[in-house]
Amino acid sequence: MRYIPLTQAEKQEMLDTLGISSVQELFDDIPQHIRLDTDLDLPEALTEAELVKHFQALAQKNTDLNSVVSFMGAGAYDHLIPSAIKHIVGRGEFLTAYTPYQAEISQGVLQSTFEYQSLIAEITGMEVANASMYDGATALAEACLMACAATRRELVVLPSTLHPEWQEVVKLYLENQDVQIAYLPYDGQTGLIDAQALEGVNWSEVACVVVQQPNFFGLLENAACLGERIHEHGGLFIMAVDPISLSVLKAPGELGADIVVGDGQSLGNAMGFGGPSLGFFATSGSKLVRRMPGRVVGETVDTEGRRGFVLTLQTREQHIRREKATSNICSNQALNALVAAIYLNILGKEGYQEVGNHCLQKAHYFKQQILTIDGLSSPFSAPSFREFVIQGDVDWEEINLKLLEKGFLGGLPLDRYGLPGHVLFSVTEARTKEEMDTFTTLLRGLI
Amino acid sequence: MTTKRVVPLIFERSTPGRRGYRLPALDVPEVSIDQLIPQEHLRTQPAELPEVSELEVIRHYTQLSRLNHGVDVGFYPLGSCTMKYNPRVHEDVTSLPGFAAIHPYQPESSVQGALELMYNLSEYLAIISGLEATTLQPAAGAHGELAGLMVIKAFHAHNGEGHRNEMLIPDSAHGTNPASCAMVGYKVVEVPSDDRGGVDVEALKKLVGPNTAGLMLTNPNTLGLFDENICTISQIVHDVGGLLYYDGANANAILGIVRPGDMGFDVVHYNLHKTFSTPHGGGGPGSGPISVSKDLAPFLPGPVVRKEGDKYVFATPEHSIGRLKSFYGNFLVYAKAYAYILSHGPQGLREVSEIAVLHANYMMRRLQDVYYLPVDRHCKHEFVLSGMWQKELGVRTTDIAKRLLDYGYHAPTVYFPLIVDEAIMIEPTETEPKSTLDEFIEAMRAIAQEAKDNPENLTSAPHHTPVTRLDESRAARQPILRWQKS
Repeated sequence: MRYIPLTQAEKQEMLDTLGISSVQELFDDIPQHIRLDTDLDLPEALTEAELVKHFQALAQKNTDLNSVVSFMGAGAYDHLIPSAIKHIVGRGEFLTAYTPYQAEISQGVLQSTFEYQSLIAEITGMEVANASMYDGATALAEACLMACAATRRELVVLPSTLHPEWQEVVKLYLENQDVQIAYLPYDGQTGLIDAQALEGVNWSEVACVVVQQPNFFGLLENAACLGERIHEHGGLFIMAVDPISLSVLKAPGELGADIVVGDGQSLGNAMGFGGPSLGFFATSGSKLVRRMPGRVVGETVDTEGRRGFVLTLQTREQHIRREKATSNICSNQALNALVAAIYLNILGKEGYQEVGNHCLQKAHYFKQQILTIDGLSSPFSAPSFREFVIQGDVDWEEINLKLLEKGFLGGLPLDRYGLPGHVLFSVTEARTKEEMDTFTTLLRGLI
Repeated sequence: MTTKRVVPLIFERSTPGRRGYRLPALDVPEVSIDQLIPQEHLRTQPAELPEVSELEVIRHYTQLSRLNHGVDVGFYPLGSCTMKYNPRVHEDVTSLPGFAAIHPYQPESSVQGALELMYNLSEYLAIISGLEATTLQPAAGAHGELAGLMVIKAFHAHNGEGHRNEMLIPDSAHGTNPASCAMVGYKVVEVPSDDRGGVDVEALKKLVGPNTAGLMLTNPNTLGLFDENICTISQIVHDVGGLLYYDGANANAILGIVRPGDMGFDVVHYNLHKTFSTPHGGGGPGSGPISVSKDLAPFLPGPVVRKEGDKYVFATPEHSIGRLKSFYGNFLVYAKAYAYILSHGPQGLREVSEIAVLHANYMMRRLQDVYYLPVDRHCKHEFVLSGMWQKELGVRTTDIAKRLLDYGYHAPTVYFPLIVDEAIMIEPTETEPKSTLDEFIEAMRAIAQEAKDNPENLTSAPHHTPVTRLDESRAARQPILRWQKS
C-alpha cells in the first residue's frame, strides 16, 4: 500500500520484538465469530493516476461555476477569491496540524486564530469572537442555547425571514433541549418582520430574539427596534449577519446585539457544494464570554516574557466539564477561519469596503434591469443589499434549466419555501455588467 | 539550536493606504450609497482592518507557519487523533472546479457527479461499519455524536418510549460523549472500568434498566484496548431495549477486521479527519458522518442521496429528525475520505489497521520498562502509559510532553483518559517509517533517564521551541482575546 512505508524486513523485526509470528495474534482478543473472514465489499484500490481519472470523470458530470455565470446565493456566494489564500492554507504546517494542544509548537495556528478572532470582533463591533463554529446555522443554534442558559428562560423568538435551512437547524437543536420557539411572521408588503406581531409576544419569558440581517430575502430588517424590545425585558438580542454586508451596514455591536453569528463562506472560502464553511460567533461582556461555546485563543507571555498565545477559558469545554460544558463542540473549522482571516487581511480596510459597495451597486443595477422585463415585479418594498426577490407568473425551475444550457445559473426558486413564482437573485462583485445584461436579455426571451 | 521568534500581529504591520488586492473596476453606474440604503442602516466607522500588501500577507503567514508543528513537519503521536499522512493527491482531486466551484442549490441534474460521490461514500461507510444507511451531514465527530443521539432519541420516542433518558458512558470515555448527551437532554450514567481496562460487565448489569436509552462506547477504548466482552455488553443493553452507540474516534484499529455492526452497535460515527485521513487543518474542518442500522435509517437527518434508475436524487428519510447543518455537510472534506477509500481498497484498509496496531504494540513493548504500563495486554492502534514513576522523581507528564517538543516531536495526548494517573496516550499510525518510531522511542527513553539525572531540565522544558512554556493561568485570569487599536 503506497502510504504504508513498512518493509517486510522491518515488519519481521517488529514481530520478533513482540515475540509473535503474525500480526493476526494482536487481534486475538476480538471474539472470533464477529471477526471478518472476507474482504470488505469495496472496489479494488486505485493507483494515483486511476484515482485522478475517476475524480475527473465525476467532476465532469457537474456543471461548475467556472463554466457558467451564477446569480444564485441564498447562503453560498460566488465572490472573488484572491489566489494567495490557497497557497497559504496549502502549507503543511497549517493544513496538517491539529488543535493547538501544545502551544509552544503551535504559535502559527494560535496567533492566526487570535488574529481571526480580532478581525471578526472588529467587523461585528463586538468585544470577543471564538475560534469558529461549523457553519452559520449551527452557530445560531448554539447562540440560542447560550441565551437560554444565560437567561434561564426556555423560549426563543425566531423570525420567519430567517434562512429556512437555518430555521430547521435551530429547531432541531432547540427541540432536543425542550426549548420552545415562537415565530414572527413577515409583512408581505415590506418583506420584513411584521412589527404588529411583536405585540403578541410575552417578552418577559423570552430568552432571545433573533434577527437575520440582511434577511433571507436580502432585505434590511429594522434590527434596532427588536433589540430595544427584548432588552426592555431582560432577554438577549442575537443577530445573524452576512460578513460581507458588514462593510456597508451598521455593526451589530452598535445596534446593541448581545451575540452575533454568521456564516463565513463568503470570506474567501470555496463554495464546495455548501461545505466546509465556517460559522463565526461573537459576543460582549465577560459574563457572556464565559458562556460562549467553542475554542478561544488568548494572549499571554512565556517564562521569559515573550508574547505568546494559548487556548484559554477551557473550563467551559467538554474535555474538562464533560456534561456540564457549554457545548459539545471541539474540532471546528480552523482552516476555514484561517481563510476568512487571510481574506480580510488581503482585502484590507479599503478593499473590504469596496467589495461591499460593489455588491450593493451591482445588485441594484441588476434588479433595475430585471424589472424592465414585462411580467416581473419586485414583491417587497424594503431596501436590500446583495440579494433580492423577483416575482412573476413563471416556473423558475424550468427557466433555470434553460438558462443553464445558455451558460447561466439563475436565482433560487422559492416555491420550495411556499412562494410560487418567486425567485431569489444574488449578485456579487464578481459579476460584470456584460454578464448581467446578457442574462437580462436571455431571461426576457424566456418569460 | 534555540530559535526564539516572535512574529508581529498582522495589525502591527499595517500602513495606512496600503492594499493587497484590487477588484475589477465598477462597471455599472455608481449610485450614492445613502440613496440605496437608508442612513440608519449604514456603518458609521469603517472596520479597522490591516492595510498590507500581498507580499506582506504571504510573509506574515509563512513566518507564522514556521512556528507550527504538523504531520508534514514531524512525528505527531497524539493519541485518539490519528495524525496520519494526508495524501496530496486527495487535495488535488477535490480542488477540481467540478467539486470546489459548485453551488449547493444547483439543479440536481447539473451536480450528478457530486451526488454520485455522496451516494458511493455513504454506501462504503455503511459497508465498513456493517450497518445499513449513512448521513454525511455532521461536520465533526462531536456533531456526529449529536446526530446519533438525536436519532436514538427520536427512535425511542417513535416507539412510545420517550421516557428513556439515561445514556450509559464508561468512565474512560471522551469528554464529548457526556457533553453530547447533555445537548439532547440525556442523563449520563457512568459505567466503571474493570481491571482489564474494559467495561465492568457486572456493574453494567446493575446500571441498565427501563430508562436506558443506550450505551456509548469507543472500541477499542481510550486505553487502546479492545473490549473482549463486547458481545455480552451489547446483549445486556439490547435486552433492556437500549441501543449501542459506537464512537468512531478509534476506528483506525478495526478497518476490515471487525465491523461495529457485527459487534452489535446500532449507530457509528466516523471521524473522517482521523481514520480516513482528511487533513486536520489546525482544528478542522473535520467530518463526522454516521451510519445506522436498518431500524434507525428512517430517522437520519436529511437530505440523503438515493439512486433512482441511473439518476441520483436528494431525499428525506421517512421519520427524519430534521436538519443538523446547512446544505450537505463538509462536502470537500468527505470527498477526500472517498478518495482515501478508493486509494486503499479493501486489502489496503485492512493493512492500515494491521500496521497501525503493529506499530503501537512495538512501541509499547519498547517503552514499558521505563514508563509504567497500567494494563499489560496487546493494545490496538494506540496505548496508554503512565508517568507515575517519573512523578515520584518530581517530573510530571506535562514536563515529559514539553521535553518531547525539544526533540522535534508533537507530544502524545496527556492526562487522558482520566482513569489513568499521569496518562500518556501514544498513537503512532501506520504511515510512519520504522526509523521514526525508533527515534521517538530513543527520545522517550532519554527523557526517562533525564528524569532521574537532571529533572530540572524537564520541568523547565521546552528549551528549543519558538517560545518557552506559556502562562496559561494568566491567559485565563486576565483574558486578552483580541487585538485592540492602541
